[in-house]
Amino acid sequence: MNAASVDTRELAERIRHHVVDMCGTGLGGHLGGGLSIADILAVLYGQVLAVRPDQPDWPERDRFILSKGHGALGLYAVLALRGFLPVEELGTLGRAGSRLGGHPTRRVPGVEFATGSLGHGIALGLGTALAARLAGGPSRTVVLVGDGELQEGSCWEAAAAAAAVGADTLTVVVDANGLQLGRAVPGPGRPGDLADRWHASGWDVQQVDGHDHDSLAAALTAPTTPQQPRAIVAATAKGYGLPFVAGQVKSHYAALSPRLLARAHGVLDREHDPLARRGTATP
Amino acid sequence: MTAAGTADTTDTTGAAARAGRAAREVYRDWLVARLVADQRAVCLDTDTGLFTGVDWGPAAARYVNLGIAEQCLVGTAAGLAASGYRVYANTMAAFAASRAVEMVKVDIALHGLPVRIVATHSGLSAGHLGPTHHALEDLAAMRSMPGMTVAVPADEDAVGALLDATADAPGPVYLRLGRHADPPPIAGGPAVRLGSLRELSIGSDALVVATGPLPVRFAVDAARILAQDDVRVTVVDAHTVKPFDVERLVELAAAVPLVVTVEEHWRTGGLGSLVAETLAERCPRRVVRIGVPDTFVAAVGSQQELLAASGVSAAAVVAAVRGADATGMS
Repeated sequence: MNAASVDTRELAERIRHHVVDMCGTGLGGHLGGGLSIADILAVLYGQVLAVRPDQPDWPERDRFILSKGHGALGLYAVLALRGFLPVEELGTLGRAGSRLGGHPTRRVPGVEFATGSLGHGIALGLGTALAARLAGGPSRTVVLVGDGELQEGSCWEAAAAAAAVGADTLTVVVDANGLQLGRAVPGPGRPGDLADRWHASGWDVQQVDGHDHDSLAAALTAPTTPQQPRAIVAATAKGYGLPFVAGQVKSHYAALSPRLLARAHGVLDREHDPLARRGTATP
Repeated sequence: MTAAGTADTTDTTGAAARAGRAAREVYRDWLVARLVADQRAVCLDTDTGLFTGVDWGPAAARYVNLGIAEQCLVGTAAGLAASGYRVYANTMAAFAASRAVEMVKVDIALHGLPVRIVATHSGLSAGHLGPTHHALEDLAAMRSMPGMTVAVPADEDAVGALLDATADAPGPVYLRLGRHADPPPIAGGPAVRLGSLRELSIGSDALVVATGPLPVRFAVDAARILAQDDVRVTVVDAHTVKPFDVERLVELAAAVPLVVTVEEHWRTGGLGSLVAETLAERCPRRVVRIGVPDTFVAAVGSQQELLAASGVSAAAVVAAVRGADATGMS
């Protein structure tokens, strides 16, 4: 892809509009998590990942795995906006015959693995990273996990294994929005504590503002440490961009009424609205 | 093989007959050669000890010990397989088929990826190591997975034949192996062909369908004992539980009044369930399922002792064919 031609901030805004639209179809969708990862996805697909929308199975592509599969709306939006599937197809979400379900599957061009059951992505990514190491090519793997997802023990099983085998082409980005379905992420779920946890697991760790594109891009492209996988703890706000739900658990899943849909688009159009950042966790 | 005879004359009813090689060691030697010959082949290990001291030669980079991490094993295998590799994922059956089973379902089966899950210590073969290490549910779990090939070699020749047959399979495979040396290879009879039933004797009084090294020996021994009283049974080695040769099972069952199944597995969900559900639809017959009853095997003992205590034996097969309920579980 021609990354230089992509304005990642514009891409993120368009992702957010599509996520909101998909939550206004009547069936609803995972709104908050789709919005909190929009900037991460925009930087990845607009600037970082080597992928070919017209050849999704290009063998030397970078692999992206959305381990927090309920972030599907954000993924569908960025894949559509980058040309993996028609933008018009986003309107079919959840309908009979659509390729777009509530969680992604490999029926969708550009989706590497079906995800949605949490705690799978890091091990899958370790596999693709080991494959790249065996093949000797430049391919790298980026796995996006949620901070709530890290309650799944399988995440840490895979984290330990990746460190033990020195999987240095593997990067995990943590969408640290601080919230899960019905409560705040408990225990060591704050970004600073999470960074310590990854460090203790043997990973190279970076902390960034997950809505700051320059910081995200710098962390995602920084030279890696040999024999060490990298974790990027990205502080984000669940429902980022919509002040009436941002930082609140009610953003987790929503079926937006026509009135709320119009209100949401109106808010999103007010660029740099300070209210939009409400609920952003402190890095 | 003769019409009335059996293909093997070794008496394995007792606890002594352990002259063959352990299936897992046969597999290990096969795998070393495979990795050297096929650059797409990868071995993922979970510190099982099976590969300690192995010289992988030019294939050394394709052996990776992930540590004690069975869920990670399955996911990592899926990631490698999705990138074009043929992955041999090694752990014990108890961990592959229960601890990591959601990863098997979602990461491997859902994607139809070419991962070979090689599960050792199956059934009661871990014996005295106790119920945490017994795997009496794995056939039920694995045969429920769409697209999964499930293979259970009954002797060392079958281990090699089934590994050869699945080496280039495009989808996932579950290979069920034991811990110990098995009885010697079954002499005579047809070759092991993936997806078929191996017919070891033919008779019109009953059909005995068995899977796994000791159950197949129990069936063969029972056939010989019954033949002394002129009772003739068909014995088949169901080395491929999935895809199952339904048509041949129906043909064989149609010729007899009684079907007996023998397995080192809970009576729930394994070979007996498979045969019963198949025949209920296609060829109703009385089916007696010999397997471990619906209880955990908490007693301490060897594999054979635990099997005998669970009512899985040649004597149980003989009693079932004669119409007696020797196990009290039919």
